[in-house]
Amino acid sequence: MDKTPAIELKNITKTFGTKVIANKNVCLTANHGEILSILGENGSGKTTLMNMISGIYFPDEGQIFIGGKEVTIASPKDAFAYKIGMIHQHFKLVDVFSATENIVLGLEEEGKYNLKAAEQKVEDICQKYGFDVNPKKKIYTMSVSEKQTVEIIKVLYRGADILILDEPTAVLTPQETEKLFAVLRRMRDDGKCIIIITHKLHEVLSLSDRVSVLRKGEYVGTVNTCETNESQLTEMMVGKKMELNIQRTEPKDVADRLEVQHISCVDRQGTTVLDDVSFTARSGEILGIAGIAGSGQRELLESIAGLQYLTQGDIHYHNPKTGQTDDLRNKTPVQIRELGVRLSFVPEDRLGMGLVGNMDIVDNMMLRSYRRGKSAFLERKKPKDLAEKIIRDLEVVTPGADTPVRRLSGGNVQKVLVGREIASSPTVLMVAYPVRGLDINSSYLIYNLLNEQKEKGVAVIFVGEDLDVLLDLCDRIMVIGSGRITGMVDARTATKEEIGLLMTKTEAMPQETTPEGGSDNG
Amino acid sequence: MADTVKKNREPLMHIVKRDDITGWKAWAIRIGAILLGLLLTGVISGLLTGASFGEVYSIMFKGVFGKFSMIFQGKTTMLWRFLQQTAILLCLALAVTPAFKMRFWNCGAEGQALMGGLAAMICMIEIGDKVPNGVLILIILASSLLAGAIWGLIPAIFHALYKTNETLFTLMMNYVATQLVAYYVVLTTAGAGSNIIKPVEHGNLPILLGEKYLLNVLVVTFLMVAVFIYLKYSKHGYEIAVVGESQNTARYVGINVKKVIIRTMMISGAICGIAGMLMVAGTDHSINTNTMGGQGFTAIMISWMGQFNPFIMAAMSGLVTFLKTGAAKVADTFFLNSSYADIVSGIVILFLVGCEFFIKFSVKFRHGKKGGKV
Repeated sequence: MDKTPAIELKNITKTFGTKVIANKNVCLTANHGEILSILGENGSGKTTLMNMISGIYFPDEGQIFIGGKEVTIASPKDAFAYKIGMIHQHFKLVDVFSATENIVLGLEEEGKYNLKAAEQKVEDICQKYGFDVNPKKKIYTMSVSEKQTVEIIKVLYRGADILILDEPTAVLTPQETEKLFAVLRRMRDDGKCIIIITHKLHEVLSLSDRVSVLRKGEYVGTVNTCETNESQLTEMMVGKKMELNIQRTEPKDVADRLEVQHISCVDRQGTTVLDDVSFTARSGEILGIAGIAGSGQRELLESIAGLQYLTQGDIHYHNPKTGQTDDLRNKTPVQIRELGVRLSFVPEDRLGMGLVGNMDIVDNMMLRSYRRGKSAFLERKKPKDLAEKIIRDLEVVTPGADTPVRRLSGGNVQKVLVGREIASSPTVLMVAYPVRGLDINSSYLIYNLLNEQKEKGVAVIFVGEDLDVLLDLCDRIMVIGSGRITGMVDARTATKEEIGLLMTKTEAMPQETTPEGGSDNG
Repeated sequence: MADTVKKNREPLMHIVKRDDITGWKAWAIRIGAILLGLLLTGVISGLLTGASFGEVYSIMFKGVFGKFSMIFQGKTTMLWRFLQQTAILLCLALAVTPAFKMRFWNCGAEGQALMGGLAAMICMIEIGDKVPNGVLILIILASSLLAGAIWGLIPAIFHALYKTNETLFTLMMNYVATQLVAYYVVLTTAGAGSNIIKPVEHGNLPILLGEKYLLNVLVVTFLMVAVFIYLKYSKHGYEIAVVGESQNTARYVGINVKKVIIRTMMISGAICGIAGMLMVAGTDHSINTNTMGGQGFTAIMISWMGQFNPFIMAAMSGLVTFLKTGAAKVADTFFLNSSYADIVSGIVILFLVGCEFFIKFSVKFRHGKKGGKV
């Protein structure tokens, strides 16, 4: 391996607008035959930096050297010419095309379009690095991890020498992650330069050779993985020492609060998204829901909140005040509230569903309560007080209560939303991916809020993606796969691998006789 | 540092999205754009006519408001005509604004207003001599409101239930309304020798203080304040804003989206109906297919330029009316083609719309690298 770094960044600066400094004087080197992790919290400028290498953004200041020569990368095409390939967090594939068709799409090769030869070449790449994908398989029939594999092969096919992966494990199960890491190690041994963007510490430690840390757009430093540990990396990332522990208490006064029985629901295309789902959420307990993204988590919560039409099944709510049992099936959110059911819901799409981005914090507080009273006009006094209370209690960073929420950072947006939902003192609290995109401090604040609610006797339903967090925070974890409940485990005793296996299972939970080896062979 | 081997391409500048700009800065840019537009039209007019810049604008001004001396003598006919035109334009802009705030692109103000006018005309002709004038005016008001509301309701129902494209639907409804008016005109004037409905005496709106247009202006002023309050302080207005920003959020908090769409479009159509009534019962006492004169389309632009704020919309209506009338006068004076008026208002509007780009984005020059030569 030659000594010149594969890629070197010097004093890269990028600003958005006048206030947001995404990167400031960042210097970085990555070598051939090494895996470099770029570690940083959400919003620390990792992705922006990599986007400048791959030609999506153009730096305001600074220089990029590739193989020792200064280069200008003004477009993704330039990046490709320098053998840089980026695998984005959101895949960019044509669903109705096969793997190979997607891989050769946009390539201007000499001679005739030869799909056979291309398929052979894809096959060779798979052989070389140990990818497991059928070149003829259509994208829409693929799992998330297969799609990601196609994206990686795509850049390798184009002869990429420097591979950048943006949060590649966010959508994978533990088993799939291991497989990906094995492939990445093989590519490293082949002399490729691999850069992976991540904020998961244990992945950094298990995979990379060196780690570069960014904090608030600034370069903090680079350490060799073998010479560091989790707490040092956290300190570099956050800027101070932090105890990353979630205080889990034993559930108290547990009682059945919400009984979901055999519910099914179809989407607009007529595909079944929830298939005979049954479970019980109990008061004073956090019920976690794990599963690959898009397995029906959203539909499940929306069904309970009265936003999905159910084709079958019942949802029973045991009202702790009246002792009555209400049926929530196919009721609208307003009808549910009129029944006296205090159901709060923090949806995953915060600005597209939970809040209105262009409205200020006060007006967003009114969303749930504006109907109160007979007057035809709005009452803004109470919402204003609530907004100010939430800003104070949850330490929302904002110029004021009259700032449009879209101008707040992700963490502060979430504080506003969770604050509003908790303010109505719910008996059932549903949260979907509540810490997605949040920095570590805000994440732990949210975990603490959920724990507080649990101690108050609220039945908390938590849809999460980070299995470590689910295992640390929840009391029970329900696993959902392709719209079916594939398992229910005790969070205090279960392991990540156990949950990972349940996530990829397609059979529903009660049928334990599972034939080994799937019958669906492509 | 050999300048000869400079392979690197350096973009000279790039465009950056602004952070939110402060209100007064945005308005400074907009007012600047209007002034630049006026400057350019002045220069072009000067080149075309040979008149000086000041002359062009003085002709415009006089063409719109009349001579100063006349205004002081109380001869305010031209001023009132200007106010009348501004008021009708504003009324239509006020009508489309609630729909626009809901992101429902109601392009049917012209037709909705014509239907309101037609309803008024039918009442005036058919039952005008059968009921006392006061009762007749109430009937006219009710039927104009209803006719406009129905014309707004039809596309709203189809949009809410079947997701039809509201822009096309409302546009098409304009043609239906025009044809209905044409049909009614033919029907009533058959055998009369002329196909113009002669001004009808029954059901004319009262003339206040001897000013023919005063009532129209007062009605629209009232509507301006009412629409402002409705959008900003009422629960309905809040629902409109939520539905417009995100239907998902609206569903999430239990707002009945279909109901809001239908209700808002009925209000939108009803206000258009009032505009039609003001034109027919309050001004022309007659109707033809050109009674609204395309103001229903101009109103769409006014609503946008006014950022859905009724008071700013009033100023914009005034500006556009001033430019159109004034430019027509300039064209008259110098024997220019009648398209001149469109060109003048076109230029100013282009500047006004174009400046939105500079409100959202700013142009940045790349800082030179240290040591590197540009």
